[in-house]
Amino acid sequence: MKFNETDLTQLHEDLQTKKISAKELTKAAFDRIKETDDDVKAFITLNEDEALKRAEAIDNEGIAADKLLAGVPLAVKDNIVTKGLKTTAASKMLENFTPIYDATVIEKLNAQDFINVGKTNLDEFAMGGSTENSAFFTTHNPWDLTRVPGGSSGGSAAAVAAGDVIGALGTDTGGSIRMPSSYNNVVGLKPTYGRVSRWGAIAFGSSFDQIGWITNSVKNNALLTEIISGQDDHDMTSSDRQVPNWAASLNENTNVKGLRIAVPKEYLDEGIQPGVRAVINNALKHFEELGAIIDTDVSMPHTKYGVPAYYILASSEASSNLQRYDGIRYGFRAPDAKTLEEVYVKSRTQGFGDEVKRRIMLGTFSLSAGFYDAYFNKAAKIRTLIAQDFANVLKDHDLIMGPTGANPAFEIGSEIADPKTMYMNDILTVPVNMAGLPAMSLPAGFDNGLPVGLHIIGKAFDEQTIYNAGYVFEQTTDFHKQMPKLGGQD
Amino acid sequence: MASQIDQQQVKHVAELAKLEFNDAELAKFTPQLGSIIDMFEELQAQNTDGVEPMYSPTDRVNVMREDVAVKSNEREALLKNAPDTEGGLIKVPAIMDDESEDGE
Repeated sequence: MKFNETDLTQLHEDLQTKKISAKELTKAAFDRIKETDDDVKAFITLNEDEALKRAEAIDNEGIAADKLLAGVPLAVKDNIVTKGLKTTAASKMLENFTPIYDATVIEKLNAQDFINVGKTNLDEFAMGGSTENSAFFTTHNPWDLTRVPGGSSGGSAAAVAAGDVIGALGTDTGGSIRMPSSYNNVVGLKPTYGRVSRWGAIAFGSSFDQIGWITNSVKNNALLTEIISGQDDHDMTSSDRQVPNWAASLNENTNVKGLRIAVPKEYLDEGIQPGVRAVINNALKHFEELGAIIDTDVSMPHTKYGVPAYYILASSEASSNLQRYDGIRYGFRAPDAKTLEEVYVKSRTQGFGDEVKRRIMLGTFSLSAGFYDAYFNKAAKIRTLIAQDFANVLKDHDLIMGPTGANPAFEIGSEIADPKTMYMNDILTVPVNMAGLPAMSLPAGFDNGLPVGLHIIGKAFDEQTIYNAGYVFEQTTDFHKQMPKLGGQD
Repeated sequence: MASQIDQQQVKHVAELAKLEFNDAELAKFTPQLGSIIDMFEELQAQNTDGVEPMYSPTDRVNVMREDVAVKSNEREALLKNAPDTEGGLIKVPAIMDDESEDGE
């Protein structure tokens, strides 16, 4: 069974009426994973025995009407801790690490009796945009196995695109949910900073990180995001704002009439590949035909500073967050370390991959004596200007739209030797994390057979308007119905 | 302000970060870091006089919660993740960088 078109509400009904059992469903998920994952390599760890046991127990208990996810197989990015199930962050540093607690999002999913099929691949510690920085292996894009799935949540996006699951958890620090969603023709939403507790998400850039879902549809995304949202005592940046039932207003009456959509000129400039620009222009035209008001006379002048400012700030936070990997209490310890100092230095040197080391170096440098004002603090001031750009535009517009990425998925190996080019890919996604806003990538068309995502950015805590626009677009187009040709016949 | 970073500086930053690079790695990392730091320099073109720095998008300040004592007994599970243990404790090499025999 492929999950590309499965509707969560319908599935829940089928489980309740025993049209299908949780165990059959879970088996179907693993059958599909076995069919596809030799090629795609989306998963680091499969949780098959435990998942089947759990499904059987849930079948025996009966599917509760108020538990939408009871018996539903879903996947989890491997930088979100799962009690008793190995969590590696795709790093040699945590290769044998088994968490003793669940992330808050996992607790919430467990309360719903979800089935965790396994942990998906990523760039080491979520640092990268291709999954090529995984310490274990690179995930392949189901649309073209010679290409990257994007990153860092590349395993999650590829698993959804391959039809392995309805949804997979991701994290987004600078685009890590949205970019792979764009490359894989799936729906990815980074919620507003503070909407979802970060407790149990292995820390990278704490003022940027946010957990969210990559899914096969807008409505499924809204349903799943609602379940993981809300204030949490374990994360003091989590918001106590009420969590809306976003999916409730996604129906035949949803429309975009009069919706004010801003398209900043910086988002469609010469840096965007022509094929991508064409797809996005078509999408905007489609919104216009549906009654939305497209305003292209908009500028966000500080967009160009997003990448350098982001890489200073996020790397600085990373260098601080990753100090905890010292080879003492958990994680990798270098076998040849003979003194305490050697335990620190050799364990970190042997345990971290090149990209993680680059970020730690950039962050340590930006925070070091003599450079703090010129780099870290300068970038923090630029962050204010970028947030103001958004505030100015969103004062008299409901949404901002553009491409998620400047190009579709690139060939594996083509950019890995040039970190700066790789960083520049994030030019359209990182400003959103700087400002803490919610944003979605949505299937919008194809460039030479490769998926292109539409980037929809909203006001803080207004995920609803994003979901509404995404839902209407999805219902009136068929891009999301196209699937990669992959493993097995049907 | 130096816009390039040399191998000596990379070594110094590595020391601060508790990382180590051999000569071949230094030769690879130094120009990579240099080109990214050159990109950082682009920020200097923007006037930020009078602009307040932003360190987080959160609007929450001084979040309080009840101070509730919780019993936990996770010693065994915690120790399982430690690289080296002895007698229920985490074991590390000698802390003093001692040139004499340390007798273990």
